[in-house]
Amino acid sequence: MALKTWKELPVGCVVFEPGSASEYHTGSWRSQRPIWDDAKCIKCGICYVFCPEGCVQQGENGFFKADLNYCKGCGICAHECWPRAIKMVEEG
Amino acid sequence: MHKRVGLEVTVAVAEAVALCRIDMAGVYPITPQSHIAEHLSNLVADGVLDAEFVTVESEHSAMSAVIGASSAGARAYTATASQGLLLMNELLPIASAMRLPITMAIANRAVSGPLNILNDHSDIMPQRDTGWITVFAENGQESVDLSIQAFKIAEHPDVMLPVCVNIDGFQLTHMVEPVELPTQEEVDAFLPPFVPHATLHPSRPVTMGAFSMSDYFTEIMKAKDEAIKNSKKVILDVWKEWEEKFGRSYKPVESYRADDADVVLLTMGSMGETAGLAIDDLRARGIKAGLVKLRLWRPFPFAELKAAIKNTKKLIVTDRAVSFGGPGGPVFSEIKSALFAEASRPAAYNYIIGLGGRDVTVSDFANMVETVMADAGNKKADTYEFWGVRE
Repeated sequence: MALKTWKELPVGCVVFEPGSASEYHTGSWRSQRPIWDDAKCIKCGICYVFCPEGCVQQGENGFFKADLNYCKGCGICAHECWPRAIKMVEEG
Repeated sequence: MHKRVGLEVTVAVAEAVALCRIDMAGVYPITPQSHIAEHLSNLVADGVLDAEFVTVESEHSAMSAVIGASSAGARAYTATASQGLLLMNELLPIASAMRLPITMAIANRAVSGPLNILNDHSDIMPQRDTGWITVFAENGQESVDLSIQAFKIAEHPDVMLPVCVNIDGFQLTHMVEPVELPTQEEVDAFLPPFVPHATLHPSRPVTMGAFSMSDYFTEIMKAKDEAIKNSKKVILDVWKEWEEKFGRSYKPVESYRADDADVVLLTMGSMGETAGLAIDDLRARGIKAGLVKLRLWRPFPFAELKAAIKNTKKLIVTDRAVSFGGPGGPVFSEIKSALFAEASRPAAYNYIIGLGGRDVTVSDFANMVETVMADAGNKKADTYEFWGVRE
């Protein structure tokens, strides 16, 4: 998406499109990504509860994964996961 | 012809604001502004003014509340002074960045410390870069006129910026002056209803005051700078219309007997009237002195200032605030900067006067002119002095 010039900005930078923040992919900030070991996961959902981005989702099989478009790699899910099923690994 | 009535200036300002049919006022009382809050509150309580008067718990809340009200499409007003203005400080650039046409009276008062309730400009000067259109009133009538004009300027679709009207504390606020108030019909004809550029409404969701990273921040600052610079055209148009309708003229820089003057005094606010008497006194004695009064502080009127002092040999800039450890008072600093690239410019002197309510008399102003005239080699130019300080 081409960045707007100063002349193209709406007055007061009002955003008229509801929910447009989802177009901003904060996943580009990430230096580490969470990897779930489903063998250790007990499907308690604590990662889902604690994710500050709301980007952890439960799949049909009941296991969890992060939407990497938005996951900033903060590691809170891994820290909170008491069965230690989540590992943070460096992004290549 | 309007009836001239004797009114305390703060009461007259509140009456003028009520004539503008504000929807909301969020004001926290502080000396010497409080009578604006009190009188507006009375007008609402008496049913004269159909508006919400929000009794906020601080000036931070006052500015927050008017930002909220203005965002919802209300014509919103506040007033403050001194510490109250400093407490509002963090919200001021937000109001201008959100392009909310809030208007505010500032009953200029010295900031602490030490605690002092009297008049100077140390409250408004630190707000210079907050993106507010800033004007100064010289007397009660100007306080009334500027308060009404402020809404029209702020709400113009080409402007959409907040405006503050500076009214010297006590020197103006607590004086009973003869004032002509326009009629409700005249104000209604002058000031159209407020049409916001966007409003908060549950059925039409928008985001106001969104976050910005470095990819947009520079463009947003540039847009705001251009907006306030461009507001000058509207300010001039509004003042022209005011003169046509009400017969009183307003200019960004007012010049009094300055065209052929060798020495020119520069003032802002209520000191202009006293300085004007000194000019008459000096002229009667054959001294070619003149006066330039800066009414518009932001956007700064560069062209008008240069034109007003183009023949001036010596310029005395008076400041009502101190820039500690700086190049002189804040007005002096600004004037010198404005003249820096000029091929010919006057020797510029700076006197810091009237701090914390100290009187500056007609003879003080005359003495300033004579002191500067006696400085044959311009040795004291480019320096600043605290006028009348006890050594």
